[in-house]
Amino acid sequence: MAMAYSPKVRDHFANPRNVGKIEDASGVGEVGNAKCGDIMKMYLKIENDVIVDVKFNTFGCGAAIATSSMATEMIKGKTIDEALQLSNKAVVEALDGLPAVKLHCSVLAEEAVKAALLDYYTKNNLPVPEECKTACDHDCENCMS
Amino acid sequence: MIYFDNAATTCVSKTALDAMMPALTENYGNPSSLHLLGQTSNQALDEARQTVAKCLGAQPNEIYFTSGGSEADNWAITQMALQGQKKGKNHLITTTFEHHAVLHTMKRLEKNGFEVTYLDVHEDGVVRPEDLEAAIRPETALVTIMYANNEIGTIQPVEELAKVCHDHKVLFHTDAVQAVGHLPIDVKAQGIDMLSLSGHKFHGPKGVGALYCRRGVRLTNFIEGGAQERNRRAGTENLPGICGMAAALQEACDNMEENNARVSAMRDKLIAGITPIPCTRINGSLEHRLPGNVNASFEGIEGESLLLRLDLAGICASSGSACTSGSLDPSHVLLAIGTPVEVAHGSLRLSLDEVNTMEEVDYCLEQLPKIVELLRSMSPVWEQMQKEGRC
Repeated sequence: MAMAYSPKVRDHFANPRNVGKIEDASGVGEVGNAKCGDIMKMYLKIENDVIVDVKFNTFGCGAAIATSSMATEMIKGKTIDEALQLSNKAVVEALDGLPAVKLHCSVLAEEAVKAALLDYYTKNNLPVPEECKTACDHDCENCMS
Repeated sequence: MIYFDNAATTCVSKTALDAMMPALTENYGNPSSLHLLGQTSNQALDEARQTVAKCLGAQPNEIYFTSGGSEADNWAITQMALQGQKKGKNHLITTTFEHHAVLHTMKRLEKNGFEVTYLDVHEDGVVRPEDLEAAIRPETALVTIMYANNEIGTIQPVEELAKVCHDHKVLFHTDAVQAVGHLPIDVKAQGIDMLSLSGHKFHGPKGVGALYCRRGVRLTNFIEGGAQERNRRAGTENLPGICGMAAALQEACDNMEENNARVSAMRDKLIAGITPIPCTRINGSLEHRLPGNVNASFEGIEGESLLLRLDLAGICASSGSACTSGSLDPSHVLLAIGTPVEVAHGSLRLSLDEVNTMEEVDYCLEQLPKIVELLRSMSPVWEQMQKEGRC
């Protein structure tokens, strides 16, 4: 089975961006399952609807760490509406592709962002957008997709 | 670069390469040809067969060359199963932690009406002869149990297992791919009826292996179309591979004692250096273990990340076996010894042999704890474990 990672994936794995935690985060989302082999935790700092800071912690394979890293780069400085539009496909494209068996990691990255946004909406009694309602639940069945 | 993945494959030794060169160059004749060039090749083939036989305590006419260990496993198991079926015997016994060459063959036979018993390998990764005895039935056609496990390196009590089989008049096959060239083997003294081996696990070339089948055990044809391997496996022989494998095996057997003393000292140093890392376990029996095998699980981190980080540090390792590294599932071997799924994800296999050095072990012990710490520092699983005081 071909398992080659692109140079971009390798770079984001070797030098992950935005690793860490935000103590006073506006929203925190955790998705995945240790039994599936990956968990992502995303921290957002939101000011005036803009994501001013983002950090992540990930337990998972090389692709899980690289997609988390890339997703944080793609939403940093963006508005929450823009972040809500982040798709797993865009993350994969930005990384110059992922092996087929690792595509689920990009789904996880998208869901981690949405889960953190859901936390932000809920905490602030804001209406939860449709995009966020469905994607924030993750279990072993869809981690293999 | 440090190569700690010798259970996946080894480099071809100079001795093996030198033995291959004539067959790749001037002695290119087909061993089945009657002319001088053909007969020169035939002579080399005979000699290689004698060498392999001698190293196993077998007779040359009990050795069948194959394309590797997987073919030998497939051949032995399917043919013995089919022969058993003709006599109304449709039960097979194996273990839960075999190589997939055995397990997938069993799955196929199950679809064809066989019943398979998978013996427990206990927490230490060692099969108990009494478990085997309890599983044998009048309709058992074959027992196949690996000599040493490819992931956790545990060595099975082959002689006792074979004796149980013989007491019940059942054939005993062993997948000895990880053991041949590394452990002393005498098929006659140990009562092994059939044994699979692979050349590239002991510094021979890839794509060549052998099946030992005791005289008196009827082996049916595996590939039709020629008289090679006493009509059992047609196809012009891979003479360069066979000569290289035989030379490598001879070399490995000649130096076995010395190699094992050196390699097991490196293994023990690695184990002693890894064990103090918090929430870390060494998988499989420490006592019944291949000289070069280290297998550890680090809680809170994932194996592939660990491998990639080690690779960045110039260390080639493996998590589980290379055959399954494209899979997302944790190692079936670690699950078989009762490792929790989330812990099994964080496993690492370092497989050493005589080409490695103590300096390489020291470098690995300098890098590995740092990498584990780095990955744990960014792991939400580790964070949770800390919060719950689990580590």
